[in-house]
Amino acid sequence: MSAFTAKTIIDFRKDIAPIGSGLSGHANALSSAFKNISAIGGVVIKELLRRKDFYVLFVLTALITVAMGSVNFFNEAKIVRYVKELCLLLIWISSLVISVTTAARQIPFERENRTLFPLLAKPVTRAQVVLGKFWGCWLATGLTLAVFYIFFLILGATRDGQWPIGPTFQALTLHWAMLGVVIAMTVLGSLIFAAPSSNNTITFVAVVGILLLGRHLNKVALQLDEPLQTLVYALYYIIPHLELYDVRDLLVHSWGAIPWLIWLAALAYAIVYAGLFLLGACAMFKRKSVN
Amino acid sequence: MTLEPILKIENLQVEYRSREVGQQTRHAVRGLNLSVFPGEVFGFLGPNGAGKTTTMNVLLGFVPPTSGNAFLFGVNVREPIARQRIGYLPEMTYYYKFLTAEEILHFYAKIFGLSRKVANERIDSILKLVELDHARTRPIKTYSKGMQQRVGLAQALINNPDLLILDEPTSGLDPIGRMKVREIIQRLKNDGKTVFFSSHELGEVETVCDRVGILGAGQLKAEGKVAELVQSYQCSTLEQVFLKILDFKLAA
Repeated sequence: MSAFTAKTIIDFRKDIAPIGSGLSGHANALSSAFKNISAIGGVVIKELLRRKDFYVLFVLTALITVAMGSVNFFNEAKIVRYVKELCLLLIWISSLVISVTTAARQIPFERENRTLFPLLAKPVTRAQVVLGKFWGCWLATGLTLAVFYIFFLILGATRDGQWPIGPTFQALTLHWAMLGVVIAMTVLGSLIFAAPSSNNTITFVAVVGILLLGRHLNKVALQLDEPLQTLVYALYYIIPHLELYDVRDLLVHSWGAIPWLIWLAALAYAIVYAGLFLLGACAMFKRKSVN
Repeated sequence: MTLEPILKIENLQVEYRSREVGQQTRHAVRGLNLSVFPGEVFGFLGPNGAGKTTTMNVLLGFVPPTSGNAFLFGVNVREPIARQRIGYLPEMTYYYKFLTAEEILHFYAKIFGLSRKVANERIDSILKLVELDHARTRPIKTYSKGMQQRVGLAQALINNPDLLILDEPTSGLDPIGRMKVREIIQRLKNDGKTVFFSSHELGEVETVCDRVGILGAGQLKAEGKVAELVQSYQCSTLEQVFLKILDFKLAA
């Protein structure tokens, strides 16, 4: 590298990025990467907040939750358990729709509307774009979930007089972690499938399939002949077991919180899978020509 | 002391594989060598499909070169830091339409690591420069084409770049819009900025450019100062030089 080049790079940091100038080179690069990711995530959230379909889904879910929570079906107090179950199912479906549809359109829309060009012409890496999109979608979903669960907690408390804060917190965080895996999977899908609609459908089918059949795949494998048995077993160990995060029963049946160590392990499991999907997405996006 | 080029392209080759079976590889750029020096306004000319946008796409890291190298400030364009001191204006207005001009400039300022205070000051001055101060809080989707193009210029200037890469900056603008963009380029030139821009408006290129490069079929056909090219090709305008170099025969 010529003296001119080295000086230029030093000047870059002095002039353009004075923040964190006391940090080492790696720390500076890391801090700038986090800022880029958070800036890109911020645009995702702003876009979501300015879209009407998001509000419609959000308000509808909230209204149905409130209506179901406040009606005393068949004049039977014990029916509250079923009402809670239905409310939680509604929250699960709604949050899944919001997270998949939001994540699936991010990168394809950037390419289609060509907003990716001025963005990539800045000192931003493609990995930062992928992570920023993931971060924005995940944060927006988390905020939505938090509102839903607070609603649910208040409604539940008005019906049966209990405040299960610990189990509600666990259900919320595990649900959010599961959606993190789903969003990462969808972002990867958006780089594989050209149209957001096909990505939406495939991701929905995959997620619902895992939620319904994931835990039974090993039993199915036992009934099969080779080589199908090995294949289904391999699938059982490869897929992210999203059904582990479905702890709605804790809230429906007013059970206590699960051990915190198990809760932590489940979060770590989600981080590993989300990380793997994002790694795949970054590698795919890095290889793609944008023109 | 020899001046180091701000933009340097060395034996650049870009090939696209055709998706159709039996089709040959398409050569978009063939062995391009080019240098642009600090303070210059360089016009990058050529007919449609000559390889101008592909070259710009390589410079901006959108497309990897098949072979050869490109450098900005001596840094290989494959490194994102090479884009720290450049401003880029795409041919069409590609901005988040749901954001306001102020929000979009804050977003890009954050990416360049500008502090809130510096960003606010710079956004104020740039919006005044591009005459969008009155519309700063309106969503971009409500802007006219000319206003959107000026948002593009504003975002290209947010980091106070030393090099501006402008892809047909006046394309699709009305005469007043073109004049305003030309004025801004002239003002940037007076401030000592380096400008690398492609255009089909040869009259405009003649007015503002120090040097031009003419590309044809992916190859650099001619390069030099406008007056020198006009003289050496024994023509009276740049347009005539352009047509002569590309061997364009006018209908009798």
